[in-house]
Amino acid sequence: MSKQKYPTEPLQCWAKAKELREKYYLDYRDAHLKGGLRWAGGAWTFDAVPRGLGDDVYPLTSEPYGATIAHNKELALECMEATEKAGYARDLCSYMRIYWGSILLDKYPFGGGYPKPDFIWQDHICCSHAKWYQVVKDLEPAIPMYEIDVAVGPYHEINEAKIQYVADQILDGIEWMEKVTGRKYDDEKLIAAVKDECRSTSTWAEICSLNKAVPAPLDEKSMYSLYVFGTLHKAARWVADFYEEVRDEVKDRVARGIAAVGNEQCRLISDTQPPWAFLKVFRYLERYGAVSVGSLYTFGLEGIWEEKPDGSWGPRTTPMEKGIEIKTREQAVRINVEWNLSKPEWQHFYHPKFKTGMMKRIFDEWKLNGVLLHYNRGCEGLSVGIAENRLGLIEAGCPVMTFEGNMGDEREFDEVATFARIDAFMESLGFKKQY
Amino acid sequence: MITAGVDVGNKFTKVVILGDGRVLAKSAVLSGFDQAAASEEAMAAALDKAGIGRDDVQHITATGAGKNEVPFARSTVTEVGAGARGALYLFPAARTVVDVGAEEGRALKCNEQGKIVDFAINEKCAAGAGSFTEAMARALEIAVEEMGPLSLQSTRAVPMNAQCAVFAESEVVSLIHAKTPKEDIAHAVHDAIASRVISMVRRVGLEKDLALIGGLAYNAGFVRSMEEGLEVKAQVPEDPEYVTALGAALVAAEKAGEEA
Repeated sequence: MSKQKYPTEPLQCWAKAKELREKYYLDYRDAHLKGGLRWAGGAWTFDAVPRGLGDDVYPLTSEPYGATIAHNKELALECMEATEKAGYARDLCSYMRIYWGSILLDKYPFGGGYPKPDFIWQDHICCSHAKWYQVVKDLEPAIPMYEIDVAVGPYHEINEAKIQYVADQILDGIEWMEKVTGRKYDDEKLIAAVKDECRSTSTWAEICSLNKAVPAPLDEKSMYSLYVFGTLHKAARWVADFYEEVRDEVKDRVARGIAAVGNEQCRLISDTQPPWAFLKVFRYLERYGAVSVGSLYTFGLEGIWEEKPDGSWGPRTTPMEKGIEIKTREQAVRINVEWNLSKPEWQHFYHPKFKTGMMKRIFDEWKLNGVLLHYNRGCEGLSVGIAENRLGLIEAGCPVMTFEGNMGDEREFDEVATFARIDAFMESLGFKKQY
Repeated sequence: MITAGVDVGNKFTKVVILGDGRVLAKSAVLSGFDQAAASEEAMAAALDKAGIGRDDVQHITATGAGKNEVPFARSTVTEVGAGARGALYLFPAARTVVDVGAEEGRALKCNEQGKIVDFAINEKCAAGAGSFTEAMARALEIAVEEMGPLSLQSTRAVPMNAQCAVFAESEVVSLIHAKTPKEDIAHAVHDAIASRVISMVRRVGLEKDLALIGGLAYNAGFVRSMEEGLEVKAQVPEDPEYVTALGAALVAAEKAGEEA
């Protein structure tokens, strides 16, 4: 039986998180009924910018949409098969295939057909991001699309010219948005959105920092249901406000020693998106008293971090905390660009060593016993360089287990083989199954 | 003290019965679709050879892909742990163990106590496992047992570029059409498998001695390719296929000792 070492209790914010997430998808679907607008783009796009078009403008971000469907194995397979039947290769990004399948089948998991966006507002992080909406436009040619190039190099090499390069594209994009929507752009709403984004992404980093505590107040399986808001609409005020509620609750859990996994004896992190249809991997780990306290993915996909004076990693100080007053459209856009370019999960696109360094930092500061690396066939962008990360982590003395799978395509995940690997890894770390 | 290890592999189920550290009997049957029935059958055969009854065995430990399907096992151990334990029992100086079975290849690095320091397992690719040899033997129209001796007759290395068993098979067919001698093709096949396995060994880091276990270690051609590729002499036990079951039997002996 399980050796309960710490008290546990459910998250109070859980029910609200479910409500907010459902409301997000319904608001997008029903936007036109209220005279509002719908736009689509990636989870990493500059979502603060469309907020300047009004309070009735709702996004649908593509990756979380793919993940939402991926959790429903039958629908995900139906979508992917529709895409493959249409002639697209099976080894493409699985979120992308699911998204395209949703258009091809004209199915929306929250009821009705696929709700077409009024415009596309996307940035290019990886090859798949670049192709994603190109195909959406092939399928729905009437949707206007604007794409932003952010490939200006790693954050530590940032300079004024690079920030301006991205900012200029956004400033042009604002004029484009006015043209395609017929709406007048409101700079005050943009400024508010930029502030909300800084607040939400910094607060998420703070929540993740609280997981340095032993026992961990959050497990990664639960964190997936919370980090997702940053991927849905990080620049929304309701997201920033909700994250502050979550932070207060997690702080309270730390103060009272409430554990996510009551038999915690082994602390791990994972990497990249998990195989969404097989989150029971995390439950299996718990049989060893092992808790995944997060990952660079959950921490840094939307969380914005900085090195603190004591050398540790913590939430990035916001412009508001620094007393910076944002007065103009240009200033707001530049702050938003600089903030986003510091995103941890953007760095490893330039070299795997940046990711290895951040993972080693997490290994030390979050007091880990090991790292689970997902060779994720479904995401070219986040999987690139993982084998290098493995080598780097092992050289740095961090035990690593790899497993192969796919975040969205269950056909590429072998549950039995993965559990067997976990058994071997736990054995090598010296942990025994407790139940 | 009598204990037993049951290794339910993807193709064969093996049983080793140990009596006071000495192998009393071994048996192997095809795993088939009913792994529980296969384990019963293999166990019955081994008990019969040892001339003892099930009640004489103090502890039985299962391992392998179907370890949880063995109805009479009292404990389980991972394939990685059992393989290392068995290999070190036979070759105490072994620090790197390569275990290639029908469907899976593994490279294990362990310390002197047999504790796993690191391990690598082939991903979803048949090119680093024994079934690949079987497929290639079929393409060459020879028995799989002939692959090893035949390849040893080869004096010429023919490169095989395919990284995938499916493409490799079509490459073999092309070599046949090009009138390449069968022994050279067999050599190329073993070099190709060894190259996949060696990449796993390099992942964990080669540390001498190297032991080769698992069914593919019966194949002298594969052993040669491994030795040439790693530039090291490999230790190969007499019955490599049974080493993981032996490791499980050793674990069973430990458990029985703890229970006593």
